[in-house]
Amino acid sequence: MYDFEYHKPTSVADAVKILSADSDARPISGGQTLLPALKHRLNKPTSVVDLSGIAELKGIKRDGDKIVIGAMTRHADVANSAEVKAAIPALAQLAGSIGDNQVRNRGTIGGSVSNNDPAADYPSAVLALNATIVTSKRRIAADDFFQGMFTTALDAGELLVAVEFPVPEKAGYAKMKNPASRYVMAGAFVAKTGGQVRVAINGAAACVFRQAEMEKALAASWSPAAVAGVVQPADDMNSDIHGSAEYRAHLVTVMAKRAVAAAG
Amino acid sequence: MPQVTLTVNGKTHTVEVEARTLLVELLREKLRLTGTHVGCDTSQCGACVVQMNGDSVKSCTTLALQAQGASVTTIEGLAKADGTLHPMQEAFREYHALQCGFCTPGMVMSAIDLVEKHPAGLTEHEIREGLEGNLCRCTGYHNIVKAIGAAQEVMHGRSATLAPAHAAE
Repeated sequence: MYDFEYHKPTSVADAVKILSADSDARPISGGQTLLPALKHRLNKPTSVVDLSGIAELKGIKRDGDKIVIGAMTRHADVANSAEVKAAIPALAQLAGSIGDNQVRNRGTIGGSVSNNDPAADYPSAVLALNATIVTSKRRIAADDFFQGMFTTALDAGELLVAVEFPVPEKAGYAKMKNPASRYVMAGAFVAKTGGQVRVAINGAAACVFRQAEMEKALAASWSPAAVAGVVQPADDMNSDIHGSAEYRAHLVTVMAKRAVAAAG
Repeated sequence: MPQVTLTVNGKTHTVEVEARTLLVELLREKLRLTGTHVGCDTSQCGACVVQMNGDSVKSCTTLALQAQGASVTTIEGLAKADGTLHPMQEAFREYHALQCGFCTPGMVMSAIDLVEKHPAGLTEHEIREGLEGNLCRCTGYHNIVKAIGAAQEVMHGRSATLAPAHAAE
């Protein structure tokens, strides 16, 4: 790992000031993705800005019909949160399925969502639940946030502050893990919120995406059988040594069925 | 050079480190606590697991500076001053839950966190799932799972002494 300057600001404003002044500065939250990348010298930041000293970024609260989760809230905290378990059990289950216990004790929702790894879990929940991303300067709808592989709508120096999840009537998540790496091969998050159905697919393509045909099928009839007949085209699916595009396309339908079954 | 102050196994240290120094490097190279191992260095194998503020974490994927003010427990901090082993260590010994021993410190530290967070007890399946972040290249998982199952009874006070390994067969 190359050396860098280390900063530990205590407010979002101070963090933004450092990050805005230097385009080679990088924020660090749990570091479960950034540190392995730095070890491989894939990245050479001049400064690393540790967000763990910023109290306003932490915590989970119920705000009317929304669950608001601060960016620095760890996966373990979301998985064990009584509020999340009561309002959006599928989200707690998703958080509890990320990586392993040690990763969940460090990794954060803000880090995962900002990084937008194609195989990450959280982006599917953010997109399917139609969450709002609150940043240091604006609010961004989930549909506008995820823009491509490891690419989001965040500007340089803009920090993710919190994610607001509307509480759904029903929600479910299912994924097929790679048997060796345990990363998502294909996952589906299904949700019905205010009568509207949204289906988000992660792991299968370069970026999380909505499956419009499945949304239509589930809006007409909320049941695993309704999505069973929807064929995901293989065109844009990932293809690698772990699975062909056709295999992943098949998995998308299987995972969607399981997610609907899990949602009940 | 930046400084970090942290408590390791009950003793407070203030150490100068480079910003890029990992917690495991601080423990092994500055404090000479070499019981914490580096296996993969890619946060997959769990040989480097220590407890930080009561949670098990991978010390190869944590900066030393991120441990500022933290209370860290390593494998060296488990046994009592008179040498009495922690129930988890005792269980690993009794159940022969190690072969080459390289993964053992991380396994023990993960196992203690797992058991402490599940006071109602863990099933064999839950123990196996809970060890997802620890790899044993000798593939000696079977006895590790048995040892954790036995240790949790002692740790939660449901049994005063460790059930002998042969009784579990």
